[in-house]
Amino acid sequence: MPDALGAALLIARKDLAIEFRTRTAFFSAVVFALLGIVIFFFAWDPTAVAAVDLAPGVLWVIFTFSGLLGLHRSFGVELADRAIDGLLGAPIPRESIYLGKAMANLVFVIAVQVIAIPAIALFYDMPLGGRVLALAGIALLAAIGLVAVGTLFAAMAVNTRLGELLLPMLSLPFFVPIVIPAAQATARLFAGRPVAESMGWLKILLAYDIVFVAACMMAFPHTIEE
Amino acid sequence: MSDATTAAIEADALVRAFGARRAVDGVTFTLRKGECLALFGPNGAGKTTLLRVLAGLLRPTAGWARIAGTNLPGGAAARRRIGFISHASMLYGPLTARENVELAARLFGVCEPRAAAARALGEMHLMPRADAPVRALSRGMQQRVSIARAMVHEPSVVLLDEPFTGLDATGAAALSDSLATLRRSGAALVLVTHNLEEGLALATHAAIMSRGRFARFEERHTLDAASYASSYRTLVAHDA
Repeated sequence: MPDALGAALLIARKDLAIEFRTRTAFFSAVVFALLGIVIFFFAWDPTAVAAVDLAPGVLWVIFTFSGLLGLHRSFGVELADRAIDGLLGAPIPRESIYLGKAMANLVFVIAVQVIAIPAIALFYDMPLGGRVLALAGIALLAAIGLVAVGTLFAAMAVNTRLGELLLPMLSLPFFVPIVIPAAQATARLFAGRPVAESMGWLKILLAYDIVFVAACMMAFPHTIEE
Repeated sequence: MSDATTAAIEADALVRAFGARRAVDGVTFTLRKGECLALFGPNGAGKTTLLRVLAGLLRPTAGWARIAGTNLPGGAAARRRIGFISHASMLYGPLTARENVELAARLFGVCEPRAAAARALGEMHLMPRADAPVRALSRGMQQRVSIARAMVHEPSVVLLDEPFTGLDATGAAALSDSLATLRRSGAALVLVTHNLEEGLALATHAAIMSRGRFARFEERHTLDAASYASSYRTLVAHDA
C-alpha cells in the first residue's frame, strides 16, 4: 500500500491532471485576478494614495478571492459521480486525502500568483528587481496558510446546498491573520525597507502555517466521515 | 481464528440511523468465502445504506459489522479487501478509463498497477477505449470502467449496487464472468438488485429487505423462484 505521502502525491497529481485538462478553475481565477487588478487601478486616485501604499493591499485581496475559486473546485470534482467514495474506500489514511488536495491547491494558488504579482507590479509601477525572491517567500508562506484552512473548509462546504457561499463565509475570517502580515511585509518590501524589518510579520505567517496545517490535517477525517 | 473459519462478512444487529430514521434497523447475517447474497427490496428499503456501511463508508449507529474478522469501518487492512460498485460511477470524467483504473490500483497498493489496470480493463472488454476520457464514454461503458476500478485489486469482498444497470449484453456477460471467477477464487459477494432472476442466478443466499430489516433471509437452494417472486411482489406492493 502507498504510504501517507505517496498517496497524497497520487491525489495531488490526479487533481492537477484534471485541472490541466479542464482549465476551468485556473482560467476563472486568472481572469478574476486580472479584472480585479484593473478595476482597483481605475478606481485609484494616485494623488490621494501612493502606489506603494495601495499595491500590497490590492495584491493580497486579489490573492485571497482568486484562491477561493480554486479551493471550491477541489472538492467539487470529487462530488461528481461520488468519486470521493473511491478515495474514502481506498486503504490510505484520511490525512493523505487532505494533504493531496492541499498540495494541488497550493500549486493552483501559486500559479495564479505567478500571473497576478507581475500584473500588480506592471499596473502600479512597482519594480520587482531584487525583491522577487523575498516577495516569493512571503507569497509562499501566505499561500500555505490560505490553502491549509481553505482546503478543510472546502471539504466541509462542498456537501451543503450553499457551498459556494459558505466557503468564503467560513474561510475569510481565518484568512485575516494571513492577509495582514502578508500585506504589511509586502508594503515594507515595496517601500525598499530591509527584509529584517518584516521578520516579525513573517514569523506570524510561519506560526500560522505550522498551527493550521497540523490542526486542519487532524480535523479533516472528522469532516468527511459520515 | 484461522483463515478458513473466519466469515468473510458478518453483521450483528446492525443499525444505521440518519437522525430519527433508521435506514438499516437490526440486520444480522453471515457470509462465508465464495458465497453470494442477493439482496432485494423496494426503493428506500435500506439496501444501499447497508452496502455503504459494509464498504466502510458509513459508521454503524449500533451493532457491528466485520469484514474478515475486522470491525468496520475498520482501517486500511479492511478496506484493502473490499471492492465496491455503487450507483454512481466513482470515476473522474476528465481522466481516461486507464488513468482511473490505474489510480485505484496505485491507491490500493497493487504491484505493477499499469499491468493490473490493463488486465481489469481487458476483462471488461474496454481496451479499445482505454485511452478515451471517461466523460466521452457511454453510460454502459462508464459502468464497465467502474467495475474494472472496483476489481483491479482483486478484492475478497465485493459489494455491488445494481451493477447490471446500463450494461449491454457484452458488459453483462463480462460482469457475470468476473463475478463467477471471483466467487471461485473465494470472494464473498453482496449483490443488490431489483432483478430477481439475475440475482437468484448468482446467489447462494437471498434476502428481501424492507424498512431497514431483513424481511426474509434464506439459502438459495431452499427457494422456489416462482413463489419467491410472488412473495417479493406482495412485499413491494405492501411497502409502496
